Formats: sequence, structure tokens, C-alpha cells
Amino acid sequence: MLKQPGDASAQNLSLWRRVTDHAATWFAMAAAVLVIVPLLAIFIYLLIKGAGSINLAFLTQTPKPPGELGGGMANAIVGTGLILAVASVLGVPLGIGCGIYLAEYGRGRFGDLVRFTADVLNGVPSIVIGIAVYGLIVIRQKHFSAFSGGVALGVMMIPTIARATEEMLLMVPNVIREAALGLGIPKWRTTLSISLRTASAGVITGCMLAFARVAGETAPLLFTAFGNQFWNLKLNQPTAALSLQVFTYAISPYDDWHRQAWAGALILIVLIVAAVAAVRIVTSRGTLKGVS
Amino acid sequence: MGVGIEVRGLNAWYGNNLALKSIDMTVPANHVTAVIGPSGCGKSTFVRCLNRMHETIPEAHAEGEVKVGDIEVYGDGTDPVEVRRRIGMVFQKPNPFPTMSIYDNVAAGLRLNGFRNRKQLDELVERSLKLAALWDEVKDELHKQSGASLSGGQQQRLCIARSLAVEPEVLLMDEPASALDPISTSKIEELIFQLKQHYTVVIVTHNMQQAARVAEFTGFFLMGSLIEYDKTEKIFTTPADKRTEDYITGRFG
Amino acid sequence: MRSRFQHGLEELKEKLLRMGGLAEQSIDLVTEAYRTRDAKFCQMVFTNENEINQAEREIDELALDLLAMQQPMAVDLRFILAVVKINADLERVGDQAVNIAQRVLDLISEPEVELPVDIPRMAASVTTMVQRALESFLDGKAEIAESVLQMDGIVDRMKDEAFVVLVQRMINEPYTARAALNVLLIARNLERIADHATNIAEDVIFWVRGADVRHGGAHYRA
Repeated sequence: MLKQPGDASAQNLSLWRRVTDHAATWFAMAAAVLVIVPLLAIFIYLLIKGAGSINLAFLTQTPKPPGELGGGMANAIVGTGLILAVASVLGVPLGIGCGIYLAEYGRGRFGDLVRFTADVLNGVPSIVIGIAVYGLIVIRQKHFSAFSGGVALGVMMIPTIARATEEMLLMVPNVIREAALGLGIPKWRTTLSISLRTASAGVITGCMLAFARVAGETAPLLFTAFGNQFWNLKLNQPTAALSLQVFTYAISPYDDWHRQAWAGALILIVLIVAAVAAVRIVTSRGTLKGVS
Repeated sequence: MGVGIEVRGLNAWYGNNLALKSIDMTVPANHVTAVIGPSGCGKSTFVRCLNRMHETIPEAHAEGEVKVGDIEVYGDGTDPVEVRRRIGMVFQKPNPFPTMSIYDNVAAGLRLNGFRNRKQLDELVERSLKLAALWDEVKDELHKQSGASLSGGQQQRLCIARSLAVEPEVLLMDEPASALDPISTSKIEELIFQLKQHYTVVIVTHNMQQAARVAEFTGFFLMGSLIEYDKTEKIFTTPADKRTEDYITGRFG
Repeated sequence: MRSRFQHGLEELKEKLLRMGGLAEQSIDLVTEAYRTRDAKFCQMVFTNENEINQAEREIDELALDLLAMQQPMAVDLRFILAVVKINADLERVGDQAVNIAQRVLDLISEPEVELPVDIPRMAASVTTMVQRALESFLDGKAEIAESVLQMDGIVDRMKDEAFVVLVQRMINEPYTARAALNVLLIARNLERIADHATNIAEDVIFWVRGADVRHGGAHYRA
């Protein structure tokens, strides 16, 4: 029998339903807040500890020898940029290419193998990657370099980008591909100009995620880029990086260096956020009416 | 101008499953031919064999003789991509390229085949949109609106314009109006009637009244075979085969 | 499948056959009226006529509904078209029976005149034709319909003979003119009924075979 609104038990039931509904909504909101809180906490803490130390000198000077006050992380900022550029040049094309293969051609055993390998690579500790690159490149070249640092970080970018690309390409409805093929567009062209273009928003997000992740990595750079107190713009020389510099300063015994470490950490986060935002703005500028 | 299609002994498989059994059919030029039949009878498969789209499905292949005009579609040296340029296809669900503007959608087939001349592209886009009876509705928003922001009926006409832009000789339509409301459907049907002056049209439809309205010739498929193929009036008033009659009177299917 | 439609088609068939029964009955009644010179049979014909007209309206309406709502194709479409045509022919048969009844009433109102025309025999042939035509419709058998087409010639000859004989009689014995004219008209009405029976048979052939056999030829769809 359907309960009529007048029934006392019906009223209890509907009260219970409303209570649980509200409780669930509040729980979800609380969870969201809890996620943001650590992020905000870190950021605010960094701001408090590091903002004071950021000045023109910090941004334009190289480190002073230990014991001396002042100096900056200018070379580390530039060095990070250099290393990330190398990493991106290596990681983005290879990652996207791998993702394209997995989505469009990788249905068989080999595709499964590649997928598996990518997942494993994703889980390899960053320091292990650093040591591997050390053995494969640094020892051969007999010197540390921004190049090897970039290679290490690039390798770390590949699985994330490949999987994201694959996912986004698989989400492109097959009817779109068929429409392109039906027009007499060859398959490779369809993949690049139609499927990839349709999936581009997601692929770019994947690249951004990978970029943001490796931008802050320290361990792989320990044995590859190695760090440098002085300016270096050459790819085949040891190069300073913000993450390395923060690490070195933080474990040092000097207060001034601690102060600069906070500032460096803040700069690193700001740069990453700025890079991601810039890409978002640039890629959304060309959006048409009606495209999500 | 359109060309005729000659099909002789066409067989098609999905893996080991024989889906089309030795089809013989002559599609006359500059006419509309409908292909009808119950679900799973092979009508869509048949049409997709005409422009070699069938083999894009994994483990699907086809054999036989298909001649479109003077092209041997399954000939030894024939490039499937080239075949698909000469034979256009419109699908059941309108599928404009989502990230592209209306102009870019129509021009896609041309641009991605290396066509670059801006002025000629403009002319061809306009001509195609006019042929598809969409020009007046979108001419002010060509570059600003995306293809996906149009209504269903407009999207389908956009897809038709896109197919026409590469100047095919034959237009294949796989249930082009089944996802549309009656008014859009009627516009598309009117369009098909106009298009046959320039093109040969083959339309797959599960809606018999639609086949009766737009097509001059109709082929009835059942379980992978072509049971009867004749003028539409004959099929719908005095069909020769009992199976055809049972289908169109709704006694099965 | 399509039980609603099937039901509609069967209803159409039943109604038409019932109407055919009424038309047949009217022919029998006027024949009886002629033989027995009893006016009550003519009255019954007039009553039947109302029912026949009512049936005609109902059948046309049902056929229209089925055409509009059910999108019939092929054999079903031919069937409904045939029903509509047969409907019209049967109604005309009813009208002819009424005409004959009126002629008979006039004959009855005057003293009986001996005339060398066997109306009952002609009526029997005509009745047979109508019966067979309706039977071919009931069974959906084109062969029976074809036999009706062959009988048309017989009735035509009967009418032509009656014409010659009666005209001769009117010239020779002018006082028989009124009766002779009545009988001539009756003969012509009977011949008209035979034509309608032929039409019905042709419509049945069209329905069953999809062939247009009107006007003496067999025309199959090209």
C-alpha cells in the first residue's frame, strides 16, 4: 500500500530521508573543503615565510658563497626553465605519440604491453629514474648537464601524457572519425587533425598535469643536472634548478639560506601556477561560440 | 553530374560471419535509390561497402565487384581513400566536427586534402551550404559559430554540405533523418529530392514511408540477401516476392 | 502483428459482405415481386435500400480511417481500394433494384400483359453473377471472379434480344406499350446490375493479383 501523506509513519520516513539527504550533501561539501585546506595552508604558509625574502636582488642575483648574506636564485629560476624546456620537448611529443598509438592502433597484445609498461614507468620512484639517467647519460658524457636533467624529467612526463592522451582520444566519438574517413581523409590525417584536435583540451590538461608534477621534482635532478652556483645556459653543463636549490639551502646550517629556501619554494609554486594559467588562457582564446 | 553504380557478386564479412551474400544490383545515375529491410538485414553494411567504409571496422572485409562510374572500387590498384573522396557519406547521427566552426566544418574535407586557395574555398563553402539549403540560416555566423551549436536538423544539413564540398558523384545516406523531428525530416527529404539532379543518392532507411516518399527505386534486403529490387511504386503496391510483401505490410520486422 | 489493423480489415470485409447480402436480397425480392405481382416485396426492397445506403457510408468511413491511420501497403492497400470501389458498385446495385421495384409497381397497377421476355430467367443469371462476384471477394479467389467476367456477355445478349422482341411487340400491339416499356426498363436495369457484378469481379482481381483487367485487357504493373 502506498503511504499517504497523512500517515504518521510516512512522515517519519520522509523526515529520515530529508535528514540523510542533507547529511550526505554536507559530507560532500566537507570533503571538498578538506581537500582545499592543505593546499591553501601550504600556500599561505609559504607566503608568510617566503614573501618577505623576495626582492629584486633575489630574482636577479646568483647565490653568494656560504656565510655571506644576500644573493638570489636567478640562475635557478632560469635553470629550471631550461631543464623543463628540454623535458617538454622530449616528453610531450613522445607522450602524445604513444597515446595516439594506444588509442588508435593499440588494440592487440603489443598495445597491452605498452600500456602496462607505461603504468609501471609511472610508478618508478623518481630517484631511481635519476640514477638510471645518471648511468646511461651522465657517466657516458662524463659530466652533469641540464640535458640529462631534462631527459630524466621528460621520461617521467611520458606515462602521464600518454595515458591522458589515450583516454581523451578514446572519448572522441567514433562517428567523428567515420565522418572524416568518409570524406576521404586518410587515417593518419584523421587522427592528427580531427581526433587529436577534438581531444586537444584534455590532452593539454594531461600535459599540464605532467609538467606541474615534474616541475617540482628534486631527486632525479640530484645526479643529472646536479646544480650550479653560477649562471649556465648551456645544455651540456651542470645547471641550477629551483627544486635543487631549495633542497640544498634547506638542509644547510645557514639561517640566511633557510630564509632564501622559503622564498625559492614560493617562487617555484608561483611559476608552476603561472605556467598552467598561461596555457589555459592561450588555448581558450580561440574558442568558438558553443564549444565547451 | 552523378554516375551509376554496378554491383556484382558483393560479399561482406564481419570476421567469419558472412553478412552480405552475393549482392547484384544496378543503381541508376541521378536517381534516388532506397535500401530497406529489417534490423540486421545488411542494408547498412551494403552501403558502407560501396565506399569502402566497411573495412574500417576491425576484422571486417568485403569482396566482389563494385563499379562506381568508371572506378573499380575493389580493384587491385584502387586507393580506398580516393574512393571515399568520390563517394560522400552522411550518417545517422549528425556528426559535425565539434571544435570547428561552420565554415571549417564544410571546408574540412577540402583543406585536409591539401586545398588551400582561400577564395576558392570561400566559393565552395558557399556553394555547398546553398546546395544543402543551409546557407541563408548560417551565412552571418560562418566563422563564429561552432558546428555543434546548430539544431539537429541544421547539423545534419551541415554534414550534407560538408560531404558535398568535396564534390562527390555519389551520396550515400545511412538513415539520415532517423534522429530528427518531422519538420527537419521533411526538409531533408525535400533536399534529397533536389540533390538528385546533380548526384546519385543511395539512402538506407528503416522508415518505409520515407523510402516511398523520396526514392524512385527500392531494394529490399533480408538476412544479407537482396530479395527484390524494383521501382518504388511497384514494390509498395504489387511486390513480386512474398517476403517483401510481408515486410512492407508489417506482418514481420 | 498489427492486430488493430487486421481487425479493421476484417471488419471492412464483413461489412461489405453483409452489404452484398442485402443487395442480393433486393434482387431476389424484385424478382419475386415481378413473378407474384405482389407489392409487399417492393416495399421490402425500399426498406433494404436504407440499410444499403447506411452500410455504404459506414464502409467508406472505415476505409478512410484505415488509409489515414495505418499506412497500408501492397496487398492491404489494394484490398482497401477494392473495397471502396465494390462499395460503390453494390450501392448502385441497390439503386437498380429500387428502380426495378418501381417499374414492377407500375406493372402491377395495370392489368397483366403477356410478354415474350423471361425476366425471372435473366434475373437468375444476374443473381448468379452477383453471388459469384461476392464469393470471389469472400474467398479472395481470382478464378471465380474471372468466371463472372465471362457471364457478362450472356446477360448482354439477353437484354438485346428483349429489346428487339419488345420493340416489335410495341409496334404490332401499341396497347402493350406501357407494360413493354416497363419490362424493357427492367431488362436494362438487370443488365446494369450485371455490369456492376463484372466491376466487382474486376476489383477482386485487382486486389488479389495486382492486375488491372478493366476494359477488356490485363494490365500488370510494369
